[in-house]
Amino acid sequence: MSHVPAPTSPARVAIRVDDLTRRFGDFTAVDAIRFEVASGEVFGFLGANGAGKTTAIRMLIGLLAPTDGRAQVAGFDVATDAEQVRRRIGYMSQRFSLYEDLTVRENIALYGGIYGLSDADIAARGGTMIAELRLEAHADELVRTLPLGWKQKLAFSVALLHGPDVVFLDEPTGGVDPITRRQFWELIYAAAARGTTVFVTTHYLDEAEYCDRVAIMVDGRIAALGTPEELKRDFATDSLDEVFVRLARGTGAVA
Amino acid sequence: MTASSGVDGTPVVVDGVTKRFGATTALDQVSFAVQPAELFGLVGPDGGGKTTLFRVLTTLMLPDAGRASVLGLDVVRDLWAIRARVGYMPGRFSLYGDLTVEENLKFFASVFGTNLEHGYALIAPIYRQIERFKDRRAAALSGGMKQKLALSCALVHRPQLLFLDEPTTGVDAVSRREFWDLLAELKAGGLTIVVSTPYMDEAARCDRVALIQEGRVLAIDAPSQIGARFPRAMFAVRARQRSRLLSTLRQYPSIASAYPFGEDVHVSDSRTDLAPDVIMRELQAYLAAAGLDDARIRQKAPGIEDAFIELMGRAPEVAA
Amino acid sequence: MTQALAALRAFIVKEFQHILRDRQTLVILLALPVAQLTLFGFALRTDVRDIRLAYIAEAPDDATAALRTRFARNGRFTLVDVAPTPGAIEAAFRADRADVALVIASGLAERLRDGRDAELQVIADASDPNTGATMQTHVVAVLTGWQRDLLPQAASGGIEPRIRMLFNPTLESVNLFVPGLIALILTIVTALMTAISLSREKERGTLEVLLVSPLHPWQVIVGKVAPYLLLAFVNVVSVLVAAWLVFGVPFRGSLVTLMAGSTLYALVGLALGVLIAAITSSQLTAMLAALIGTMMPSTLLSGMIFPIASMPAPLQLLSSIVPARWFIDISRGIMLKGAGWTELWPQFAVLTAMFAALMTLAIRRFSVRLD
Repeated sequence: MSHVPAPTSPARVAIRVDDLTRRFGDFTAVDAIRFEVASGEVFGFLGANGAGKTTAIRMLIGLLAPTDGRAQVAGFDVATDAEQVRRRIGYMSQRFSLYEDLTVRENIALYGGIYGLSDADIAARGGTMIAELRLEAHADELVRTLPLGWKQKLAFSVALLHGPDVVFLDEPTGGVDPITRRQFWELIYAAAARGTTVFVTTHYLDEAEYCDRVAIMVDGRIAALGTPEELKRDFATDSLDEVFVRLARGTGAVA
Repeated sequence: MTASSGVDGTPVVVDGVTKRFGATTALDQVSFAVQPAELFGLVGPDGGGKTTLFRVLTTLMLPDAGRASVLGLDVVRDLWAIRARVGYMPGRFSLYGDLTVEENLKFFASVFGTNLEHGYALIAPIYRQIERFKDRRAAALSGGMKQKLALSCALVHRPQLLFLDEPTTGVDAVSRREFWDLLAELKAGGLTIVVSTPYMDEAARCDRVALIQEGRVLAIDAPSQIGARFPRAMFAVRARQRSRLLSTLRQYPSIASAYPFGEDVHVSDSRTDLAPDVIMRELQAYLAAAGLDDARIRQKAPGIEDAFIELMGRAPEVAA
Repeated sequence: MTQALAALRAFIVKEFQHILRDRQTLVILLALPVAQLTLFGFALRTDVRDIRLAYIAEAPDDATAALRTRFARNGRFTLVDVAPTPGAIEAAFRADRADVALVIASGLAERLRDGRDAELQVIADASDPNTGATMQTHVVAVLTGWQRDLLPQAASGGIEPRIRMLFNPTLESVNLFVPGLIALILTIVTALMTAISLSREKERGTLEVLLVSPLHPWQVIVGKVAPYLLLAFVNVVSVLVAAWLVFGVPFRGSLVTLMAGSTLYALVGLALGVLIAAITSSQLTAMLAALIGTMMPSTLLSGMIFPIASMPAPLQLLSSIVPARWFIDISRGIMLKGAGWTELWPQFAVLTAMFAALMTLAIRRFSVRLD
């Protein structure tokens, strides 16, 4: 299956995870997980509550030190070069990335400033972004007043403002209408087509079907990894939901 | 649709209900009726008016226009009678995190003038799944467990009608499935349930659904029937370069709709008089000519989500 | 009715569980009164003990040395050396090395021998006028005593004023603060904590479930208020015991009357807390409103620190709507003067009226719906 080109040279690998492990006392939250994500890939990361998903992501974005193993993001080791890693990634969580009491333009200026962009850069990139999102008429309105779908699209674009190599999306599209959700995914595809790697976590399996490849975590380990099509074929079902439920209940084969 | 206040035993009758907040109309002339022992779904995005509708039905908000009755009681006039007879689970986690599982249940039982033993039979199938954590504080439960506890608390006084506002938001797939299994059991036991969800895949588990968008009901029907409202043949196209596939399809001369749908792109052609086979062959040739020779096309029955997109009445825009 | 009472009981049990499980807050609430008492008792006393006196004799002789010894032995003064130039005194005040200066013109011994008037000048740092005046008084007192010993014959003929302080003979500020402190603690436990606890239910969404239940507003309000009333009671007792043990604060009146007054004042605070929670939309706003709306006036406008009599007329008028002002009248009256119902009924009447008004308003604003 040559659905997704296998990562060959190090330059084309955006995320390399090698026996990454995290223990809290006696409890192993993440147990020697191993995978690679290619540049420009849309990678879905799934797991039930408590499967170790959040711990794994915290290690990848340099917020939590691994107990064992290694992980490289955008060419830097997350344990030793967390600072460099954070400079090269963007992060969007559904709830907390935008300041609701600031305007669209003020949020853009804030994040541009945080990532050290010059005022001219912020003005130029911010202007392009507002135009692409068709927010010209609302650029000076408080983010609080925007519909949820617009906030999500804006949050994603803001996470891309400083041109990160990898962008992490935590539960990005909950609760929006089907059309807005598709507009959001098209934004993701466009970013991926420009070479940005997109790492998405979600509870929702129909959401995962939009990813190039999907990893499913169960009890701290990666229980399955592949394209949605491959996973469904391996489990002889037409729904990714079924794959997930069987894995999480421990009745499925480990891929 | 009858506007009479459930004299015929209709558990929920909503008739032309309108609710405004300042300049925004949260509910616009909403009408529907829910039958006894029906699992009725309100499906639509956040901010579409689902929560406001629940608040009107649970007597928390007054409608600006229209009438609604619950169990034959008027939502404006019979406030206390309704409150004693319905169970309600609001969208947010609404239990006391610093009380244990058992203390939460006992508290809500007392508030409704009953006790845990009295309501145990009804909640047993649910409560048994969390009973071994009965001394754990609610804040320390997983998302799925919290939902089950909240459902138990909403049922402990043996209500005749259950309102659930987005009960599965933030809950993983396994717990969601278990939750819907529980709802099916309750319904089989004769309970009428009105449940809301922003997720189209959950709608399939309801007897009937109302699609709600911007305060208006777009359609009410059985989930299997709603897809049939899509007026054209639907094709699922798959190719490796998804972004390019989309933009190429949108330039197809007679395109009616094209949007991503999981791994596929869903496409329909505006020439409804043509046989699906003909359209499929034309599309295949068109994509090959555009350099997308790995594209695979198959015909697919439209689902709720396709119908919803169609009913929302605006074509998806190219975002960037 | 029995069902309503059972629901109320369950609600009160739940409230106690909230309070007892939030250990940090509970410790603060129980330790706070004693901590504040200690703070006010030791650190914030307004009676002056350690006065730094710049003793400046322009030409030292036997007499200046004798007077100097007298100041040194008094116990209230620490002597500071400052050069005998006017500029040096100002500099010493500015550098905060001295509080008061006593300047003695040259030839003191000679003048005393000749029976002429001694030329002495007391200069005080009046950047804090109250303290400045108090310190000056202490210096003058030493000088007066010295003069009397030197010229006994002169003292016998003149008029010597004797000032006797009633009720608080040693002018202990702690005696004044303890009754005020009870007011402050009651305000925190009642208004602030009720406002926080009720608005927390609003913010967490649990109030929405309570509203869609047969619970009536009065049950929610009584359930919220009862546990804090008890907590307030515990606090009053602990402050009284601590004040008596540590500072020996007197208690002249009836304990029952004081407890009745405290309960009434606590009810006013609780009603205010419910009202604040009913009209604010977030826990943070409720907390700020309770802090600024009740704590500040209770401290600044109640007569607790600044005497009401010395306030400008508009502030005096404003202070009369501050419940703490009336309660402090009651607690000071009972503790320090041994006053009872006969003297204090007007204050009780005012607080009762305030409670009735606030509770009516609170119940009205506590809607049975969300809009």
